[in-house]
Amino acid sequence: MSRDNHRQPVVTLTGVSKSFGPVKALDDIDLTLSPGECLGLVGHNGAGKSTLVNLINGTLKPTHGEIHTPYARNRRDSGIRSVFQELSLCPNLSVAENLRICHGGLSGPGWRTRAREEIGASLSRIFPGHDIDPNAEVDTLSIAQRQMVEIAIGFAPRGSEARLVILDEPTSSLDAGIAGQLLEHIQRFCDDGGAVIFISHMLGEIFQVTNRIVVMKDGRMVEDRATEAFCHASLVEAMGHVAQQAHATRRTAEMLGDEVLTSPEGISARRGEIVGLSGLAGHGQAEALARLYLDSTSGWSARREPAMAFVAGDRPRDGVLPLWSILRNASISTLNAAARWGMVDRRAEAATAADWQQRIGIRTNDLGNTITSLSGGNQQKVLFARALATSAPIVVMDDPMRGVDVGTKQDVYAMIRAEAAQGRTFLWYSTETEEVCQCDRVFVFRNGTISAELSGAEVNEERILAASFEMQEN
Amino acid sequence: MNKQLAINKRLAMKKRWVSPRILLPLVSFSVLLIATFALQERAMSYLGLNLLFNLTVPIALATIGQLLVIMVNDIDLSVGAFVSLVACIAATVLVQHPWLGCLILAALVLAYAVIGALIHKLRLPAIVVTLGMSFIWDGLALLILPAPGGTAPTWLRALMTVKPPLVPMAVAAAVLIGLASHLLIIRSGIGTVLRGLGGNVRSVTRAGWNDTLLFALAYGLAGLFGVLAGLTLVGLYTSAGANVASSYTLLTIAGVILGGGEFVGGKVSPIGAVLGALTLSLAGSLLAFMHLSPDWQIGAQGAVLIAVLAARLLFNRHGASSNAIAQEATA
Repeated sequence: MSRDNHRQPVVTLTGVSKSFGPVKALDDIDLTLSPGECLGLVGHNGAGKSTLVNLINGTLKPTHGEIHTPYARNRRDSGIRSVFQELSLCPNLSVAENLRICHGGLSGPGWRTRAREEIGASLSRIFPGHDIDPNAEVDTLSIAQRQMVEIAIGFAPRGSEARLVILDEPTSSLDAGIAGQLLEHIQRFCDDGGAVIFISHMLGEIFQVTNRIVVMKDGRMVEDRATEAFCHASLVEAMGHVAQQAHATRRTAEMLGDEVLTSPEGISARRGEIVGLSGLAGHGQAEALARLYLDSTSGWSARREPAMAFVAGDRPRDGVLPLWSILRNASISTLNAAARWGMVDRRAEAATAADWQQRIGIRTNDLGNTITSLSGGNQQKVLFARALATSAPIVVMDDPMRGVDVGTKQDVYAMIRAEAAQGRTFLWYSTETEEVCQCDRVFVFRNGTISAELSGAEVNEERILAASFEMQEN
Repeated sequence: MNKQLAINKRLAMKKRWVSPRILLPLVSFSVLLIATFALQERAMSYLGLNLLFNLTVPIALATIGQLLVIMVNDIDLSVGAFVSLVACIAATVLVQHPWLGCLILAALVLAYAVIGALIHKLRLPAIVVTLGMSFIWDGLALLILPAPGGTAPTWLRALMTVKPPLVPMAVAAAVLIGLASHLLIIRSGIGTVLRGLGGNVRSVTRAGWNDTLLFALAYGLAGLFGVLAGLTLVGLYTSAGANVASSYTLLTIAGVILGGGEFVGGKVSPIGAVLGALTLSLAGSLLAFMHLSPDWQIGAQGAVLIAVLAARLLFNRHGASSNAIAQEATA
């Protein structure tokens, strides 16, 4: 690889700000990135990382300030490549054809052969021993393979060469071996004079691969230092990680009301209790919740007083109505309760939504905006509002904190506890031990059945892990 | 490891050579063709084949136009009216003032491109816009040719009655349309980008493409194929009318789907679509040979469509399970 060795920065940001309407996403960012640097970008969801990335790669234009990319030749080829968190390949095209989409130089007779060679070479360079056929249609590949293809396209020369590759959570769907190959390649790439911006929630990877870390918080850069200057704890502290507080006093059976629910699997819950479902992902927890919920609510007509409300974790699949406004998304569960003569009471609907916006802190200036204008964490708040706004005495939550930042999580924990204190029962499936530890009682699932029931002081990480991995007698 | 490689290789081979997307249209076409030959062996001749298929030449062209729109996740409900309008222009203005005629046809292609750009830029539903446009095309056609009539330009008539050696014009034309559109849509770089547009618009715009221009290009190409369909239609019928091609709208949609295309996701097959158009018209002829009344023909075409789609569903389930096997093998 030949690369001119003068150390001209690959990108320079001076005093960059970006606002979306009244919401200031980025505030006065100064950042210079030189060849050979691997920059770790950390911060909670909504801290402004994605906005920063989109400014650097040219998708967004800054409201104030300047971005200088000296290697940019034209709009199509700035030498800056982005690999996004959500998979952004064309599923109907083959691996090689996807390379064509972002490589305008592939044209004329025989372009397919050249595309196959280029993507094949890039894949083999980064992931030696991969078994991806460049002719395979992307939708026949597994999620991990798609992510690998996307990364390979990012690092492929594409007519010039990659100067800066931005990787947004690139390892989230890769297993440890493949992720290791990627980290090794990033190191090689930077040694050869390339630059990388590496965004990850896995702090171990950040420490392993980066040589400089920028911490973002509320749209500002709060730290910018060499990786060696951080340790695990100081990095977490810089991000504003709220130190793990003592858990709210766990309530025991005597302090709670009567049993309100039992299921054939053996799940039971009392009035006002927060019941956790834990264990390794995919061991029947979500199915158990779905059965419970659907058995109690399915019918030909929705009831005014629903027995249960549901908070989805897989937002695109079971939660968000993407074409509707925030207001409609929040109020759909209460339309029946507030209806008069079968007609929607618009005023009551708006009042309920505004009330919950206040209580739950949905960050928007207009509830009439489409729900997709919100960040993931705020969309999830809308789904919480949808469930909590009902009069349902039982709330079922299917891993509801997926992709939600720590600040929002704390808000939601507090709210759940407050609601439980008023007599609501929560059934809470989560893959994160920290969340499960918020519960009064925990059922650990293994192979579709309950392997342990923990309560009081038994609810801790060791006991949950033990029950997830080996069979225990209750 | 070796076993796994072998499985992968076998699946890859299977995928390349026996893609269900093209296999199924081929099988359904062959079945109908054999049935037709069995009922009426005189169809198995140069003249017979030409008679069977020559009216499908414009339908095949219009089907490719429809395919280009379906490919970008839209649908065109104005094809029928548009082809009729082109036919009316070809049978009147193009005969009297060839240059003016060409200019109008070029303007129509441009209009299609502009409609495509507007649909995308203003986020309008294509189904509504094209339905509205169909009334406009219809009205223009009535203005130009209030009653059926007109004459075909002699060069068009000559083109459509040409008698190539060995294979009849209709078959040669179908092969030519299939191959040309395959080259344009599947093999070429720009065709790949257009299919990518149907698969994931964001991915394409992130790569630096102007999505509005791409949508305009897809619609413009659809308009071009619509114009070609109208011209060949007049060449065959030697006259035109405002309703001459009104059945094309649904026939072309059926043809695309029958040919292995899907309504969303940019998954289309141009060769399949041509086969689909041929299959649908064969279904009509077959019933005529069976001495069934023409009243049943539309229903028969529907029955063919349902049968093929049901077969495709079975195929896809099978495909999904073999993919699962492949993923298990790699896991």
